[in-house]
Amino acid sequence: MQDLTELSLTEAAAALKDGSIKACDATKACLDRIEATEGKLGAMLHLDAEGAMKQAEQMDREGPDAAKPLWGVPVTIKDALSTSTMPTTAASRILEGFNPIYDAYAVQKMREAGAIILGKNNMDEFAMGSTTANSAYQVTHNPWNTERVPGGSSGGSACSVASGQCFASLGSDTGGSIRQPAAFCGCVGIKPTYGRVSRYGLIAYGSSLDQVGPLTRTVEDCARVLSVIAGWDERDMTCSPNDVPDYLAGLNPDSLAGRSVGIPREYMGEGLSDEVRKGIEQATEALKDLGAKVVEVSLPSTEAAIATYYIIAMAEASSNLARFDGVRYGHRSQKVEDLQDLYKNSRREGFGEEVKRRIMLGTFVLSAGYYDAYYKKAAQVRRLIRDEFVAALGSCDCLLAPVSPIVAWPLGAHQQNPLQVFLMDAYTCPINLAGLPSLAMPAGLGASGMPVGLQLIGRAFEEGTLFSIGSALEKKLPALGRPKGL
Amino acid sequence: MSQNTAVISREDVLHLAQLARLAVDESEVERFSGQLSDIVSYMDVLNTVDTANVAPLYTTAEHVLRMRQDEAQHIRTREQVLSNSPEKNDEFFVVPRIV
Repeated sequence: MQDLTELSLTEAAAALKDGSIKACDATKACLDRIEATEGKLGAMLHLDAEGAMKQAEQMDREGPDAAKPLWGVPVTIKDALSTSTMPTTAASRILEGFNPIYDAYAVQKMREAGAIILGKNNMDEFAMGSTTANSAYQVTHNPWNTERVPGGSSGGSACSVASGQCFASLGSDTGGSIRQPAAFCGCVGIKPTYGRVSRYGLIAYGSSLDQVGPLTRTVEDCARVLSVIAGWDERDMTCSPNDVPDYLAGLNPDSLAGRSVGIPREYMGEGLSDEVRKGIEQATEALKDLGAKVVEVSLPSTEAAIATYYIIAMAEASSNLARFDGVRYGHRSQKVEDLQDLYKNSRREGFGEEVKRRIMLGTFVLSAGYYDAYYKKAAQVRRLIRDEFVAALGSCDCLLAPVSPIVAWPLGAHQQNPLQVFLMDAYTCPINLAGLPSLAMPAGLGASGMPVGLQLIGRAFEEGTLFSIGSALEKKLPALGRPKGL
Repeated sequence: MSQNTAVISREDVLHLAQLARLAVDESEVERFSGQLSDIVSYMDVLNTVDTANVAPLYTTAEHVLRMRQDEAQHIRTREQVLSNSPEKNDEFFVVPRIV
């Protein structure tokens, strides 16, 4: 019998719609796959097998609903997104046992579209990290080689999708947290334009940078899920009222003649590993074969992007995480003499090391005497970075760049040096500073046998262009197939 | 910690921990002092960028905000709002005595 978990979301949704697959079959296949692989992967923090099967049975009794684009499709959700039917911890001890009283907007939209939510994915605590090893609960392994990291912070989501535990997952991306794990696990993920998807119900990290987006196995799947979750929501004032275009309309063009793609010179310089460079060069050739014009562009402020990003992200994080005080929800310390103790000890016991470090740094850059030198300065550099992207995209339809300078690294590497891990975000965090959309997708397998990712960066609200170019490119590049580490 | 050549001392760490309402122990003070100093020193790369006459950019959202009616709505019950509190009574969140 066919293994349903090898289908793409697009194929599965079509088969569910015409009745050739039952919702129960799809859900059972994913649950079986989770049972078979989860011991090696550790991608899930919470699994609701019973609830998922119950929902699938109910849906099968009612029959397919053509108005629901994800009818019967099993999905998973990063634990940073609130779910009214499951605990939500952001992989932190401080939220152990927290049960949200509402769904995040994107989760609500997935339910309305007919998706079946299987469970919640592991992540770096409060989305702070790029390995998923900063989770307070468990380590997640890369399905291509279980001795390596899956990337992060949406590492559980990428791992679940790549290994066939689900057909799609929702993640969040503040400085690369959808794109980098997608690249490391060999799947597709988009960080939408800032404001394209409501952040309502997303546990906030860096509010001027955070975006919710899908992780999937194909570009078309990604376009389908973004179509479901994009759109205006009055509960997030940064959410854009712009109409959501038809992302499926421009998919799979035969040719990219008339398209131009820019390659930022600064992203191909020192520090880029040979295998990732080779992947980008192959993608460049594929774009040329498809008829696209490839030009070199320059983003001169790239070198300042990491410092800019971390100052802004940590400042916003220190402010956002002030809400965890042991009073209204979350962990409360037993060592309490007075209210100050309650705050300080609850936070000390509840937050992990990386979270504390970022809160301290954020507090520093916002503190009296340092605000102008660090936070305001970073906001000024942010404008320069944004303007450079806008200028580069003035002459190109999109930019092609690597996602990470290296492929997924061994578990435990770089743990002693937080700064070294920050430097790995050089190609992803500038796009969050600029608020632009970026589609990450596989470029092929590197010499190490691990997936190499590329990203296509677009103009604000032009996700459709990325899906169009990405879907053509996907067909030209080698398909990765099933992860070989399982 | 002089501006832009900041090295974060033990006293600085204790001050920041107080501002952030984080209890820290002796070994953390030592570790944070070293790690935060490294990271803040790296941040000084920003001084090489000329930002004279550049306005700060705090958000990339450019749309005009939609207004809504400023009307109170009952969207949560008291029970729901209190449901995740570590300590509560029938009506309120409970904290240690303040006055």
